Amino acid sequence: MLPLQQGPGHLAENVTHFARVLRAAGMPVGSDRIQLALQALQVAGLQGRRDFHAVLSACLLGRIEHRELFDQAFELFWRDPDLEGRMRALLLPQVQAKEGPQPAPENRRLAEALFPPNPQEPPQPPPPAQQLELDAALTFSAREQLQKADFETMSADEWRQAQRLLAQLRVTFAPVRTRRSMRASRPGRPDWRATLQTMARHGGELWNLRWRQVRTKPPPIVVLADISGSMSRYSRMLLHFAHLLGHADAKVESFVFGTRLTRTTRLLYSRDPDVAVAEVVRAVQDWSGGTRIAQCLHEFNHRWARRVLSGNATVLLITDGLEACDGGDAGSLAFEMERLHKSCRELVWLNPLLRFSGFQPRAAGIRSMLPHVDRFMSAHNLQSLAELVQVLGGSARPQRARTTTPSPTAAAG
Amino acid sequence: MSELPQSIDETAARLLEHDYVADRQLATVVYLALKLQRPLFLEGEPGTGKTEIARTLSRMLGRELIRLQCYEGLDLSGAAYEWNYGRQMMEIRLAEKEGIAREALAAELFSERFLNKRALLQAIDPARAVPPALLIDELDRADEPFEAFLLEVLSEFQITIPELGTVKAATPPIVVLTSNRTREIHDAVKRRCLYHWVEFPDAARELQILQRRVPGVAEDLARQIVAFVQRLREIELYKLPGIAETIEWTRALMQLDAFVLDPRVVQDTLGVLLKYQDDIARVQGSEAARIVEQARTAAARG
Repeated sequence: MLPLQQGPGHLAENVTHFARVLRAAGMPVGSDRIQLALQALQVAGLQGRRDFHAVLSACLLGRIEHRELFDQAFELFWRDPDLEGRMRALLLPQVQAKEGPQPAPENRRLAEALFPPNPQEPPQPPPPAQQLELDAALTFSAREQLQKADFETMSADEWRQAQRLLAQLRVTFAPVRTRRSMRASRPGRPDWRATLQTMARHGGELWNLRWRQVRTKPPPIVVLADISGSMSRYSRMLLHFAHLLGHADAKVESFVFGTRLTRTTRLLYSRDPDVAVAEVVRAVQDWSGGTRIAQCLHEFNHRWARRVLSGNATVLLITDGLEACDGGDAGSLAFEMERLHKSCRELVWLNPLLRFSGFQPRAAGIRSMLPHVDRFMSAHNLQSLAELVQVLGGSARPQRARTTTPSPTAAAG
Repeated sequence: MSELPQSIDETAARLLEHDYVADRQLATVVYLALKLQRPLFLEGEPGTGKTEIARTLSRMLGRELIRLQCYEGLDLSGAAYEWNYGRQMMEIRLAEKEGIAREALAAELFSERFLNKRALLQAIDPARAVPPALLIDELDRADEPFEAFLLEVLSEFQITIPELGTVKAATPPIVVLTSNRTREIHDAVKRRCLYHWVEFPDAARELQILQRRVPGVAEDLARQIVAFVQRLREIELYKLPGIAETIEWTRALMQLDAFVLDPRVVQDTLGVLLKYQDDIARVQGSEAARIVEQARTAAARG
């Protein structure tokens, strides 16, 4: 890579820092773009702030969806002289809640990106060092507590921080072998075509054999989230989780159901998780209403299963299993669950009720669903979601005993 | 090879000559596909006669039918071409013996002699006097990467082989793609084709199809069968019976010497029509008897 051209003053440094902030907030800004921006700034002949904004957005922005985030970041980063103070205000509203200004409406993730809590990150402008350490410690302990806090009892601030922590979760998937192959450097299956090509180039001399290996890919994931009144808060967090999965490399289909089933896959495409989840909430009419699990599963099995479960998918069913609307018909629920189970690779039931240590599957609905799931896990706090990620990553292999009732795999928090 | 039809009516009439009862919409799409030399993309429930269109077209126009059945993992060597590595090895050995120059060997080794042609390459072989009909069946069964292999064939009717060059059809073949929609086919494929969703036929057309495909079926029985199947399709079943199933069922009933539908015979032969245990359990018994009764009265009325 070429060395960055030093602009007047600290401009180059600041632009680089700004680009890093954008990247941390979720925008794909590569170093090529930073370099382009710096070159552009040198030749642009800036007349004012607006030009500056235009140049940076031309160089650093790649998609229209990111423009809002970019504008907010630009406002914050390039105008406010007391940036540090405001960022601290954003991150720690409880410290200055009494006399400070109202919490700013800016995107929280942006605040996080502008002022990362990670103590290893070198602070760019020189603030008092003690202050920073205090910050980091606070955030760290907060994180410890948040790991175990129940989504339902979180305050608004904790909720937002939990979302941030969730977004930092690194998701990897246990790969599944496909029927395709790709070139490999290590011996495996011989690649005759490539081998003969080299032989032809070298006058028939066999220099070295070329190889191929089996290509793997993560299995598709289907999320079925209950958004009825008793579940809405968990489901909201789990939609964030589904969004996160979708932006790792797996193919994710998502559906939400209350009294009826709605496909939300396309709504979660937006790169910004807050926007994506807000889209889903807006599009779904039965948010926080009753549940008709059996009917919704029936509709899924009937209309969607053959289309979205074809590639041996992992299904995450998020519900407490309590039918609110019609008392529940255990027989038909069991029937639909069985069908769902038989048409997917693995059925994971995420039930926040598991957080109660003395949980007993007494409700008829839960009892009729239990025999048909491969895993039964709680999903009420960050820790349990982290465990779920481990399961998806294959570090905890599923117990494939489909005939026996699975025991709860996650400890109650 | 016979001439292409010159109008929609002619298309419908000639399809009918070959025992394919097409509705107006389908005839239009087929006519356009032939006229514009565009691939035809047919989507619909299993057993609605998608594959049959390709067969009928090949018979109707006197073209050879080349069929590519898709499956997961189908790749270039299965669909388009593969080099004959064994013969290439042998050639290298012979060249060593005869002392052929290196450049000559390189050129020789990847010439057409050593190419095994599969369905796609066969279909666009420029040496063909008569362009064939190419059926790419159940595309949804292949995985997504395979669709990319098709793009060049579908838009340019050519295949580029890196070692050899581009092979282009002298005259474009007739291409029919079918899908049961177990997954969505990528837009890139769809936008190169004419799209048609094949519906279940209405009662009149189904009766016509039945009389054409099962010659010798008694008029009364055929009417009752059609009425029964049409009613069955109104019930919410996991897999609705297609025309293929109707035809099979009619043949089965004729084998059993049935002249009219009665609940007992229906009960015994339901497996020909419905392929899911849940569906059979749902229709069996009193439900079947009720539908038979309805079908009989409907058939008697007209």
